[in-house]
Amino acid sequence: MALPNKVLGETKAVKDPEVEEREVDLLIVGGGMAACGAAFEVKKWLGDDQKVLLCDKAAMERSGAVAQGLSAINTYIGDNTPDDYVRMVRNDLMGIVREDLIFDLGCHVDDSVHLFEEWGLPVWKLDKNGKNMDGKKGQSMGTLKSGAKPVRTGKWQIMINGESYKRIVAEAAKKAIGEDDILERVFIVELLLDKNVDNQIAGAVGFSVRENKVFIIKCKSMLIACGGAVNIYQPRSVGEGKGRAWYPVWNAGSTYYLGMRVGAELSMMENRFTPARFKDGYGPVGAWFLLFKAKALNGLGENFAASDAAKAELEKYAPYGTAAITPTCLRNHLMLFEMKEGRGPILMDTVTALAELGKTMDKKELKHLEAEAWEDFLDMTCGQANLWCATNTEPEKKNSEIMPTEPYLLGSHSGCCGFWVSGPNYDWIPDAYKWGYNRMTTVNGLFSAGDGVGCSGHKFSSGSHAEGRMAVKEMVRYARDKADFKPELAQSTEELVDMVYKPVRLFLENKDYSTDIDFNPAYVKPSGMALRLMKATHEYGAGTATFYQTTSKNLEIIMDMLETMKEDCEKLGAGDLHELMRAWEIKHRIWTVESHLRHIQFRKESRYPGFYYQADYPGQDDENWFCFSNSKYDPKAGKWDIFKKDYIKILPD
Amino acid sequence: MPSYVIQEKCDGCKGGDKTACMYICPNDLMVLDPNAMKAYNQEPDQCWECFSCVKICPTQAIEVRGYSDFVPLGSSVMPMLGTEDVMWTCKFRNGVVKRFKFPIRTTAEGAANAYEDLKGKDLDSPLLATEEADGYTIPKPQATV
Repeated sequence: MALPNKVLGETKAVKDPEVEEREVDLLIVGGGMAACGAAFEVKKWLGDDQKVLLCDKAAMERSGAVAQGLSAINTYIGDNTPDDYVRMVRNDLMGIVREDLIFDLGCHVDDSVHLFEEWGLPVWKLDKNGKNMDGKKGQSMGTLKSGAKPVRTGKWQIMINGESYKRIVAEAAKKAIGEDDILERVFIVELLLDKNVDNQIAGAVGFSVRENKVFIIKCKSMLIACGGAVNIYQPRSVGEGKGRAWYPVWNAGSTYYLGMRVGAELSMMENRFTPARFKDGYGPVGAWFLLFKAKALNGLGENFAASDAAKAELEKYAPYGTAAITPTCLRNHLMLFEMKEGRGPILMDTVTALAELGKTMDKKELKHLEAEAWEDFLDMTCGQANLWCATNTEPEKKNSEIMPTEPYLLGSHSGCCGFWVSGPNYDWIPDAYKWGYNRMTTVNGLFSAGDGVGCSGHKFSSGSHAEGRMAVKEMVRYARDKADFKPELAQSTEELVDMVYKPVRLFLENKDYSTDIDFNPAYVKPSGMALRLMKATHEYGAGTATFYQTTSKNLEIIMDMLETMKEDCEKLGAGDLHELMRAWEIKHRIWTVESHLRHIQFRKESRYPGFYYQADYPGQDDENWFCFSNSKYDPKAGKWDIFKKDYIKILPD
Repeated sequence: MPSYVIQEKCDGCKGGDKTACMYICPNDLMVLDPNAMKAYNQEPDQCWECFSCVKICPTQAIEVRGYSDFVPLGSSVMPMLGTEDVMWTCKFRNGVVKRFKFPIRTTAEGAANAYEDLKGKDLDSPLLATEEADGYTIPKPQATV
């Protein structure tokens, strides 16, 4: 029986939406950790005559990467130093990082963590006997700020009961900025440069996914903090499970798209993150490796990472490979090596780990240990817990497979792609790294934070929050310094509405031509374009299909395919507001992937084995490539420029 | 499939202007069919299984059935979100049931201190407002090359 023709969703799109125009001093685009940091901080500095607005495409209470919760905060400096934090990040990212940005973040991140705890986030503490105390027991032992000891899993990570992490952070953010200055369910899709002042941000355009309304917002300074890019490569599961991505599936690369389209310089876009996670469910492995001290075994039951062969392999990548903590990409590299040599699959030995820990525990403590193991999943990847239930997996009785996932682009986790931004104005920072306003991109007035700031990974949730706060203070300063600047847009209202609603108009004009509104020669639905992008990247762009390997010829082919996809994006059709959101998201993803692959094409080495391999240029070439690769799209000429930028070492080893 | 809505339990949030699941879904998947006054997941293959809709539903009408790509049938995990804790019931395919209770926050909902009265003093310093109020000194690198 044929299904009735029905436009997906319930909010039908109309040809002529309402238009709302606004003018503010500061615009915050995004609602995740970085944007919440900015929202918390902004009014503490905003002048009485200045205005701010925040636009989130979802609801702040559960938007961004922390929507589901987290079981740890991965960046808390505590008794460590920002100097050592820089060294850790530098080593994990194979040497090429912005040490000024990382050090600066390390100076401020703890203040955000202290606020989270004050707001009500339960932070685990270590008692006198070395036992872990969570929830209110942990709270009764005093706060981190007052000197209580957190439960460290690694040198930088602390354990939390984080199911409501984002709700708590969003609550403070919303109260601080005020409901009147928040627009939820408004998706910003393009940024606008000023008509008169060269290279100056002047506004943004977007639409509501709840009512037929286009928003045109003028501003003097703007923060883009809309997360990384997910579902850009074919995921391991391709049916219902397409949504089972490791990073949030709604992160569409909007941060990068928005900035690159107005000419903001990008850096290290070749760097991607390919996390090894529990297979299929994508549950986190950090607590298993660090808290429960579990080992990963190959299919023969060997602890392959400790073998002589693994050590010899890591020595090829000295000094990074031989450091105390093996860089994330090289851990993947070793795992892939086992799989390719026919010694897969890789298993997390949960059974031995829990048995070892259980040896010194009484019954009650054992029960708590079991709960800790489940909480790790239930706090942040509920679906993995369900997979355990469905496969009758009790971790103390049965090991689980782990496997590298499809690639992601991000700047806040163990990856570092993003914008080339100014560092703070300290005398120890080289001039090439600073141009007046901390975290400002190369477009005047345009700032970023979190996943958007490149060359400085390992911020995680706490660091992204702190960076949003740091950036927004500078934005207020920028707006104060440019008090006389009056933003003016080059495009007319009609032109902007036509651009935003183009997929709707194309759909409405043509939908009656065929008998199925989803299948029509005049347009392509975003779901189809999404599959086309993922198939191309999967096969040519170093996806899982080729064990993350690509070649110059493969890159040449996919660059042509992306050009065609961009042309075909002009023929996206959307029948409702949800679909209009998807249409713009796929456009954001395609451009983001293009920048990623342009960078891989440019860098004639394989800097991050385990994340990707350029087979024509295997291994690292420090002599020629110990530098940043930066790129810039010229919006007027419609052309890309890609070039080397000097790496400057600031901190000694 | 990921999240699905149980016909009998969903009351469309009684026609209020904010259907809970529709309000919260980070990926704009949950919608209300205004004629049937029932919610549904309009794009299950874009569901992250984040359980935000399950946790917020006032009538416990939403549950999750694992992705058909790789999750065998017969299990379930269900949260009950309280003000201080979350209770999880995890049912295995083989009938084993495990229950867990985890703390979620140590303060009352709505009590987060947003420092609404705190006004920063020096806009040209690199200090955040609470750092400035605490008299924090920003460290410098111990050594540079």
